[in-house]
Amino acid sequence: MGGHHGAFSLDVAHLLGGAVLVLSFGLLYQRRLGGLINAYAAQSCVLAAAAAWQGWVQSAPALVVTGLIVLGGAGVAIPVALHRIAGRLQFDRAVVTQPGIFPVMAAGVALVLLAVLLAAPAAAQALPREDLALALAVVLLGQLMMIVRPAAPAQLVGFLSLLSGLILGIVGVPGMRLAVELAVAVLVLAGAAVAGVYLLRIRARFEEVDAGRLERLGGAAQ
Amino acid sequence: MNELSLLTGMLRELVSAPGLVVLVPFAAAAGLGFVTDARLGAWINGAAATLAFLLACALPWEPIAGLLLLADPLAAFMAILTSFLGMTTAWFSQGYMQVEVQAGRFDAPRLRLYHALFQAGLGCMLLALLSNNVAVTWGALEAATLVSVLAVALPRTEDAARAASRQFVLCGVGLAMACFGTTVLYLAAVPALGAGVPAMSWSRLPAAAAAFNPAMLNLAFVFLLLGYGTKAGLVPLHGWLPDSQAAGPLPVSAVLSGSILNVALVVILRLRGLLDANPGAIAPGLPIMALGLASLLLAAFSLGAQRDVKRFFAGSTIAQSGVAAFAFGLGGAGATFAGLLHLALHTLTRAAILQCVGAAVQLNGGQRCAGIGGLLLRHRALGLTLAAGMVAVAGLPPFGLFTTLFLILSGTVDRAPWLAVPLALGLAVAGWAMAERLLALCLGPPTPDRGPGTGLPALVPAWVQLALVLVLGLAMPGPVAAWLAAIAGAAP
Repeated sequence: MGGHHGAFSLDVAHLLGGAVLVLSFGLLYQRRLGGLINAYAAQSCVLAAAAAWQGWVQSAPALVVTGLIVLGGAGVAIPVALHRIAGRLQFDRAVVTQPGIFPVMAAGVALVLLAVLLAAPAAAQALPREDLALALAVVLLGQLMMIVRPAAPAQLVGFLSLLSGLILGIVGVPGMRLAVELAVAVLVLAGAAVAGVYLLRIRARFEEVDAGRLERLGGAAQ
Repeated sequence: MNELSLLTGMLRELVSAPGLVVLVPFAAAAGLGFVTDARLGAWINGAAATLAFLLACALPWEPIAGLLLLADPLAAFMAILTSFLGMTTAWFSQGYMQVEVQAGRFDAPRLRLYHALFQAGLGCMLLALLSNNVAVTWGALEAATLVSVLAVALPRTEDAARAASRQFVLCGVGLAMACFGTTVLYLAAVPALGAGVPAMSWSRLPAAAAAFNPAMLNLAFVFLLLGYGTKAGLVPLHGWLPDSQAAGPLPVSAVLSGSILNVALVVILRLRGLLDANPGAIAPGLPIMALGLASLLLAAFSLGAQRDVKRFFAGSTIAQSGVAAFAFGLGGAGATFAGLLHLALHTLTRAAILQCVGAAVQLNGGQRCAGIGGLLLRHRALGLTLAAGMVAVAGLPPFGLFTTLFLILSGTVDRAPWLAVPLALGLAVAGWAMAERLLALCLGPPTPDRGPGTGLPALVPAWVQLALVLVLGLAMPGPVAAWLAAIAGAAP
């Protein structure tokens, strides 16, 4: 593998991973759907940068490709699609967080501590402890967001950020084969989630329209 | 090894027997997307599934542990079971889907999509079972889940859409956990096997498991158990199974969700072996047994309250999946033998029951339990087959599930006597609920037919499956028993 294992390279890798985590907290306190989607886009862009940087650190061109795919898919395509869906289907713009922002943030901090504790033993065999802790924290925060945000679009963004955590974990592992394929498989899951929400909502709206028309027709017949 | 030689090696494996077992359904799925004639589509569906089964039968004689594919005895056994189920269900679905089309619930384009999805789902599951890579197994199971979600949404009713979205959310979270667990499992294996493909290969992991990083292995186990537990229908993320079974087209819910459960249980069994081999890791048996027992008890006690006949049998599936997980958790060659046999026999019985239930629901035009009664009086063959299946799944002799449940219970009394009481209680309650429902469905006051029936030929697959369950229970042929014992002995 060789690779550029300088302290600076690792610091930058951790900085980028840390930025993904900070943006997860950003997702937790966003009160508007538009802001939520933008925060997710920002997180995906930083994630893409993290993947590409890992590609350079590990001398693995495949990870740079992964970064580009993440940038195109999660950084651009999915946020654009979400904005469009939100505009067309007129979702409620305000996003509620059920137990209030502060308890949720406190729970988030606790989850990050848990992730650090769980990943700590990895250091014994020179495994990438920090990367694993960051990825695990992003996954746990994504799950927290799915629990505390009852609205479907916000839950969806929570699920998407959970998947970002998975990609962060995959690219942070040195020498993991099939990293590109796995990252693509995770993005497929993300795309399917977005498409699923879109199709379900479209159907629900058509059914409303149809029901309204039937009622009108019924009224005309009488 | 560079990328190119890796790729050529994988391509070479694809033309071996296990490769063809996987390729046949995928090729059929691609082809079926273009077949506009519904009858021809149904025949191709059946023929492709039969071919996949025949090819799978050659797997025990062609063991392989390559870069991409693994055909060890456990994988071969599960692939034979899954492809057999695919074959019987494909033939059953011919008559069943014809009635669905007549009743206006399916049109020609959706029927085409249904056939393509059926084969794609079967291919994904066979790939998950025969893959020699932890990540590919996960990817194949993800693809199988997406196919199954699409298939559940096919009837395009509000219930189907809701069930599909619920299945997607729960299974999505489960898959995410399994993916993270897969990454951590690789990390745990790196100190022992070095970075690269070997640290992800099912065939290399067990021998090196003793040198894995124990803390990472524990972390991977927690995520993989919860993640694959979701797909195995184990508590606490089991909620998707009843919804998808109640709403989806029945042959798909029979073959797809039933086999996804098995794939996930096999992964849990393999995982158990890795933790057993590592002296620093936690003992995996107790958590697996706890999840299995909780699933059995929860499902058993909620069976009586189910008003929808498909949901009722989904509850029974969760209970039996819990029993198999419990047996795998108990460990040892005896319990693993019983668990594997239970898995196989329950899969066959469940498919037979669901095929009968599908026919009964079509006859009655609804799936509420109260609307179906007196099947034995109105449709003797259908009623008798359903009754036989329910007697089998309740764990009563002479069917094979009696034997496996007896083996699991006696193994529990031997090794963890304090768990035998809740296990026996769960089995008794589940059996009682099954008997009660059997009386109502088959012997209760007859209800009038409101729709067309599938006819006798559609019941033939159910008879074949039940006959197998009977034979394997009463007089299992020596070579089959020896083969299964060898699998259980080699497995953890």
